[in-house]
Amino acid sequence: MIAESYSLFKKDFSSELRTRYAINSLAMFIIVAISVILFSIGNETITTSLTGGLFWVVIFFTAMSGLARAFVSEEERGTSLTLQLIASPSTVFSGKLIFNLILVFCMNLVIALLYSALFEKFVVQNFSLFLLTFILGNIGLAVSSTIIAAIIAKAGAKGTLYPVLSFPILLPLILTSVQLTLFSFDGTSFEEAKFELAIVVGYDVIMLTASYMLFDFIWKD
Amino acid sequence: MSSYSIQSTNLTKLFGRRLIFKEINFNWSDRGIYGISGPNGSGKSTLVKIVAGLIAPSQGKITHSNSEGEIIPEKLHNHIGFVSPYLILYEEFSAWENLKIFAEIRGVLFNDEHILFYLEQFLLDTRKDDLVKTYSSGMKQRLKFLFALMHSPEVLIFDEPTSNLDEEGKKVVYDIVREEAKTKIVVIASNETKDLELCSEVLLLEKFK
Repeated sequence: MIAESYSLFKKDFSSELRTRYAINSLAMFIIVAISVILFSIGNETITTSLTGGLFWVVIFFTAMSGLARAFVSEEERGTSLTLQLIASPSTVFSGKLIFNLILVFCMNLVIALLYSALFEKFVVQNFSLFLLTFILGNIGLAVSSTIIAAIIAKAGAKGTLYPVLSFPILLPLILTSVQLTLFSFDGTSFEEAKFELAIVVGYDVIMLTASYMLFDFIWKD
Repeated sequence: MSSYSIQSTNLTKLFGRRLIFKEINFNWSDRGIYGISGPNGSGKSTLVKIVAGLIAPSQGKITHSNSEGEIIPEKLHNHIGFVSPYLILYEEFSAWENLKIFAEIRGVLFNDEHILFYLEQFLLDTRKDDLVKTYSSGMKQRLKFLFALMHSPEVLIFDEPTSNLDEEGKKVVYDIVREEAKTKIVVIASNETKDLELCSEVLLLEKFK
């Protein structure tokens, strides 16, 4: 199944390079969102906690603008049936998840680099904790976004439904990730942050398990 | 000789409260050409989608079996070749790229010679490297047959197989259907008299309302 999922990821990657459905919208959103924040701040200095919060706000809305493409593009082009005929549901979900994971990591790496360059309060004291938060947060974001994209792809008002459905599902992850990011800014140790880390790990495991269990029902009409 | 069989038990489908068909029973086995016919809206496409495992029936059961026993739904796609007007291939790739991608995702060997043989048969060999979006509707329809045949499935399901095809294209399809039916189960859903003339058995859907 891993080889087949990787082949599906390669197909999506080649398709994305030719159509630029997700990359363009994500890149534009990142630039516009960060520019708007910078313009609205002006010469003011924002607090560390606000910087950490805004970092995850940009990540959340950027994910909302591009990650649904994994399934929506298949549904809009009418190729979902083709995919059903060549791959098992678990292969489809794994392939789409790999694609979204890589997209999320690249997108959030750009956001993190821009934040560290443009926001003076974006100073990480505990880099290991920040890196772990970044990895676990991105995994949770990719898994949730992928399964929600599969659900909304078959609905009529996809654009509206995606953030509406994502918000309550992603809220525990975003709130905990914001807290962990602030811990990493403060230089808090792993020992003190273990409760929040356990929440994010638990969230990732539950979402991944539930997604694989539910995808078969979502994928087939 | 194939030992494949498709058995339907009291197959019923409703969309909301609208009954499409009810209590369809059949047993298609070994090899041969089986037809499904009925007026527009009678549920031909719905029935072939259920047979292919793409949608679930409201009641009843469809069972695919081969010499190794019942085939689990997770693996069914590798045993079926499917052609229909609503099947759309990836237009941003060429025919050759599409077929290679399908083989990789299916996890089957991509045999260049085998594919080239089919491309020649379906008169697509000279356009194999062109993007699918530049194809005419007839060429796209012929490419769908390659999509259905390339992994040598045990069952071929053709929904309106000759739609968008010219006389030459139809002749190629009829030849393929007769040839494949010697070793496989071929299911044809159509209203075309010529398509149904190929079938040894035809299921008339208006009888199941």
